[in-house]
Amino acid sequence: MVERREIPAGVWDSCDACGHMVYHKEVAENLHTCPECGHHQRVNARTRIDMLVDPGSFEEKDADLSPVDPLKFKDRIPYNERLKAAQDKTGERDAVVSGRAFIRGRKVALAVMNSDFIMASMGSVVGEKITRAIERATDEDLPLIVVTASGGARMQEGMVSLMQMAKTSAALAKMDDAGGLYIVVATDPTTAGVAASFASLGDFILAEPGAMIGFAGPRVIANTIKQELPEGFQTAEFMKEHGFVDRIVKRQDLRRELARLIDYCGK
Amino acid sequence: MVMQTVNSPDRGLTTAPIQYLEFEQPLSRIENDIALLKVEKEETGRDLTAEIAQQESRYQARLKRLYQHLTPWETVLVARHPQRPLITDHINHLVSDFCELSGDRTFGDDRAMVTGFGRIGGHKIMIVGHNKGKDTPGRVACNFGCAHPEGYRKALLKMKLAEKFKLPIVCMIDTQGAFPGVGSEERGISHAIAVNMMEMSRLRTPIVCVVIGEGGSGGALGIGVGDRVAVMEHGFYSVISAEGCAAILWKTHEQKSRAAEALKFTAKHLKKLDLIDDIIAEPVGGAHRDPVQASANLEKYLINTLRELKRPRIETVLRRRYERFRNIASFFDAPSDVAQKPKPRNPKRTPATTRIANGGGGRNVKDPATPSKDAAS
Ligand SMILES: [Zn+2]
Repeated sequence: MVERREIPAGVWDSCDACGHMVYHKEVAENLHTCPECGHHQRVNARTRIDMLVDPGSFEEKDADLSPVDPLKFKDRIPYNERLKAAQDKTGERDAVVSGRAFIRGRKVALAVMNSDFIMASMGSVVGEKITRAIERATDEDLPLIVVTASGGARMQEGMVSLMQMAKTSAALAKMDDAGGLYIVVATDPTTAGVAASFASLGDFILAEPGAMIGFAGPRVIANTIKQELPEGFQTAEFMKEHGFVDRIVKRQDLRRELARLIDYCGK
Repeated sequence: MVMQTVNSPDRGLTTAPIQYLEFEQPLSRIENDIALLKVEKEETGRDLTAEIAQQESRYQARLKRLYQHLTPWETVLVARHPQRPLITDHINHLVSDFCELSGDRTFGDDRAMVTGFGRIGGHKIMIVGHNKGKDTPGRVACNFGCAHPEGYRKALLKMKLAEKFKLPIVCMIDTQGAFPGVGSEERGISHAIAVNMMEMSRLRTPIVCVVIGEGGSGGALGIGVGDRVAVMEHGFYSVISAEGCAAILWKTHEQKSRAAEALKFTAKHLKKLDLIDDIIAEPVGGAHRDPVQASANLEKYLINTLRELKRPRIETVLRRRYERFRNIASFFDAPSDVAQKPKPRNPKRTPATTRIANGGGGRNVKDPATPSKDAAS
């Protein structure tokens, strides 16, 4: 996690939240949170997994699943080119990384979304990998942890992507019937189709401080109601206030909190 | 595909003044010509019967042609037509002894969602569906068919009643989407939709879902998980509105018709992609030109489908319902050596397992040349 290349420009950075100049290395050592204000930066899936699981314990599954273009979708840029650009940028095939791991010695099924990849929108690969993670957790009676982040359904896959909401929710019903434990960790941003499916169905819903969590886009809402949105609208804290999040958990505390819940549930 | 038509005589273009859509202007002109001929006939006493008949058959031919080749954007306009029959019309036309039930027992009664018992054919059913509202005050009271969380919770509560008392459920979908507002978010619209999908997947009673007009993304899917999913011929079902898609991807609303093309959300497209089970035919010129006929087609579909779903054991119905959604996918499953290179220049994808979008029951297309990695892992 330590930045190796000492390029002067990369050494200092200003925090998106408080504007303080912060030392890059210190932010990274601080699990990508601001040492001044505690702001939680977005992190990609691999970094997240490194921070979350016992060192070396992650065993990736379904790494081979790659997206296709079921609609031959073309806007200003063909979907295939968007996919290629995202794959080149991230080195990932799509927007979720999943598998098994240990957290403080507890074996779990894990899926982590990657907002670097087309805003972690949910297409068929995301839906399938989440569903397989649910099925794996159910079959092996492992606690399932999904770290969510998403801009919503991937519209370039049309209704195939919308239906992933139903698919993942149905798989979670089966897991629930089997008595499985499912914990959601909602990170910035968890919205739209993902918010309205597996991100809302955890037995426990944890959220990172300040994460945006909501269904409709704030601009759409502002246009509909024709007034300013309330302060702190659609944040993790707002969602907790309104009863949709159990605990706001700082990144530094996440491993401990997860282990604690797993122990309470006897898994 | 089930395409149904029931004859209904004496219901043509003359019964109610139809509001013409922009693309229907040629029809409006022919109608004017007919009206003028009729006035002339009246005033001069000349026998213009043949001319009038000729114009009327020209009108019908043109109407048929227009509606056979609606563009996706035109389909949107038809699905949103202000005179298009709503759930309340269908209930009036095809349900007897409708007994409306209100409230979510927690917050209130969302009028954007109609729920209640009714009888159709020999079946006692629970009806659940979006209501856009008829006139302006009605539309405002119904939030134009955009339901709040309490609407989805009301729907689920009534569907659970149906399960308890062993009645099948019919969902009529007709919404632009869930209501985008502060209250909607505060009361957990995401949660309400998610819970509905989860619970509907395991409700121990048959569920038939029909998009009678607009199927707007998550707001539609919140009452859209069932054993059969059908779309009326000129309805559509989309992950995002054409306008919304255009605004995001083309950065302008002007491209909405191109977005509509790209999203492939018409009944025909969805059927071809195997995402829906059936298309229910509409009268020539759309459901709004003959609402009674449209309801009759819907009724026939529902009666047949309910009969089919009542036959197997409920465990079988549930298993098929699960598989129906579980198998909707479209991806490649390729060897991992090309996947994990830090920056794949040109990742050559060897298709091993290509799952294609599927509505019916797990049709996987396998490439025999490359063995599935699944088996090994
Ligand atoms: Zn800061």
